[in-house]
Amino acid sequence: MSTKINVNNLTKIFGRHAGRAKEMLRDGKSKAEILEKTGSTVGVNKANFTVNDNEIFVIMGLSGSGKSTLIRMLNRLIEPTDGEILLDGKNITDLDKKELREIRRKKLSMVFQNFALFPNRTILENTAYGLEIQGVDKQSREEKAHESLELVGLHGYDNRFPDQLSGGMQQRVGLARALANDPEILLMDEAFSALDPLNRKEMQDELLDLQAHLHKTIIFISHDLNEALRIGDRIMIMRDGNIVQTGKPEDILQNPKNEYVEKFIEDVDRTKILTASRVMIRPNAVNIEKDGPRSILRQMRSNEISSAYVVDSNHNFKGLVDADNINKLIEKGERDITSVIKTDVPTIHPDTPINDFLNQISTSPVPFAVVDKDNRLLGIIIRSSILEAISGNEVQNNV
Amino acid sequence: MFNLMTMNMPTIPLAKWINAFVNWLTQFNGFFNAITNFIGAIVNAFQWFFDLLPVWLFIVLVLGLTYWALRKSKHWGLMAFELIGMLLIYNQGYWRDMTQTLTLVLTSSLIIVVIGIPLGIWMAKSHTVNLILKPILDFMQTMPAFVYLIPAVALFGIGMVPGVIASVIFALPPVVRMTNLGIKQVPEDLIEASDSFGSTDWQKLIKVQLPLAKTTLMSGVNQGMMLTLSMVVIASMIGAMGLGSQVYFAVGRNDAGSGFAAGISIVILAIILDRITQAFNKSKRDNIK
Repeated sequence: MSTKINVNNLTKIFGRHAGRAKEMLRDGKSKAEILEKTGSTVGVNKANFTVNDNEIFVIMGLSGSGKSTLIRMLNRLIEPTDGEILLDGKNITDLDKKELREIRRKKLSMVFQNFALFPNRTILENTAYGLEIQGVDKQSREEKAHESLELVGLHGYDNRFPDQLSGGMQQRVGLARALANDPEILLMDEAFSALDPLNRKEMQDELLDLQAHLHKTIIFISHDLNEALRIGDRIMIMRDGNIVQTGKPEDILQNPKNEYVEKFIEDVDRTKILTASRVMIRPNAVNIEKDGPRSILRQMRSNEISSAYVVDSNHNFKGLVDADNINKLIEKGERDITSVIKTDVPTIHPDTPINDFLNQISTSPVPFAVVDKDNRLLGIIIRSSILEAISGNEVQNNV
Repeated sequence: MFNLMTMNMPTIPLAKWINAFVNWLTQFNGFFNAITNFIGAIVNAFQWFFDLLPVWLFIVLVLGLTYWALRKSKHWGLMAFELIGMLLIYNQGYWRDMTQTLTLVLTSSLIIVVIGIPLGIWMAKSHTVNLILKPILDFMQTMPAFVYLIPAVALFGIGMVPGVIASVIFALPPVVRMTNLGIKQVPEDLIEASDSFGSTDWQKLIKVQLPLAKTTLMSGVNQGMMLTLSMVVIASMIGAMGLGSQVYFAVGRNDAGSGFAAGISIVILAIILDRITQAFNKSKRDNIK
């Protein structure tokens, strides 16, 4: 995965004495001190992060955390006070007006919280706006805009006006307008925050569907952690203009960096985020090609277990054997354990969220086997490890 | 006490200074002559056109314009009023006066639109310009309109042209103000959206700001036009002919009857102009609804 955007020391100071405030900030003075001495507010404080190609990167934070300022610096709707933004290695902060316009037209498109549709333009004209200002002729820009509207699932509204559409539909137009330019990067500023919960979830799904075949780099601002965890490949948490933690959703849930993040994730429904691979533990596996009944029985005794998972030399999952059956084999004097392997063991893919198999596992007499798409055994899931994960503890023996 | 104080203080020669300034300005008579000729040409063109039209054709054109401007919502009542009103003006023998007044109003309106809208845009874009223009606009609007007549005569002579100049000074501020207001009222996120797609400043102005400011801007133009109408009687004092001068003469003759007859004609003209400009202010969006 290659880096798309690289942000170094990006800083925004609002106020008259930004220059002096910048010096003070460099000297390591606190925000409160700078506000008192210069009357300037530090909006974003030396932000450093990278965004990878084709990922959904969510910037999370409460209002006033600087996230909206940060995203607006990426297309310079707000001029950064300090620092650099490298887009494909090119520093955006150095661009002159004309070069900046070119970048905005071709590479970065933005979707706004309150949709920001032009009320005097039809849906089609709104969607075609970005192409219109690039001088694309009417027919081809309307064709493209129409395609873009179809892509977001809006059919037959081309000649309506924005106020004739519901909020969810309006934001689809906002998304279509951004996509019509075919940008490499989508900047989405609280794009779904103004929608009601049902609409919001639908739009999140829609965005994930779109992303599955469009492969854009999406920077998404949100104050809703559940939304961030749902759509984000990676999440960056901000507070008071500072970056608190950056990581994959599960990393943040499992290893919150400090109390602030802990408080933040307190109410999250972990079962929807944590996946099988996070809660599986190392299985006691025996090798069907190497181990005979006696050695299997010995292993079981020494591990104090009554059953064992069976794999072959390539770690392909074969099934489960229990001690009683192994004993019978030994009594009969047979060496091949194939006849006693139980194959009806429930298996699960490592990326499945816990929530999806919580019901089955609660009634299953045996642990679930976690196997990848090549049927290799990665681990097993026992109920107690799920409980540990949901309660926010590190899973013991995690693979 | 106060009397004592003022008696001992020398009077500041404000009037003298202003006279000196106006005198100083007259040395640029080449410049002012050029303006006079330019505005005179516009006035003559309008007047030539109105003189060319037979009365019936003029009435038909006004009715047609109203019909077209209000095509989505038929206003038969207004059209009936216009017909009766114009016939009344004709009947009273004020037809040519009416066209002269219309010429004065249209010329002034044209000039305030051409000057006022760019000024308003400039004001909205630049904080400095805003700071400088605001007190000037206040001055222009609150200074009694009579006062403008004096330098107008000194610089532009008598007749229609100084009348137009005085009307423009008096009627310009609302156009500038409303344009400024209309552009500033465009929601910030729409400006951001326009910027974020890489619009040039010009594209942003033409495609987003002006269309969205249109309603406010047009009501400024409408107000400006009404203000120029209110100037016609005053302008008649320096030789601008028309319905205003009929009122002015009636005052001199102490003839309430013809004063009101001409005044009513002004009212009729004002209502017609007001309704038609307002009709143009309806966006295509309103027409669809």
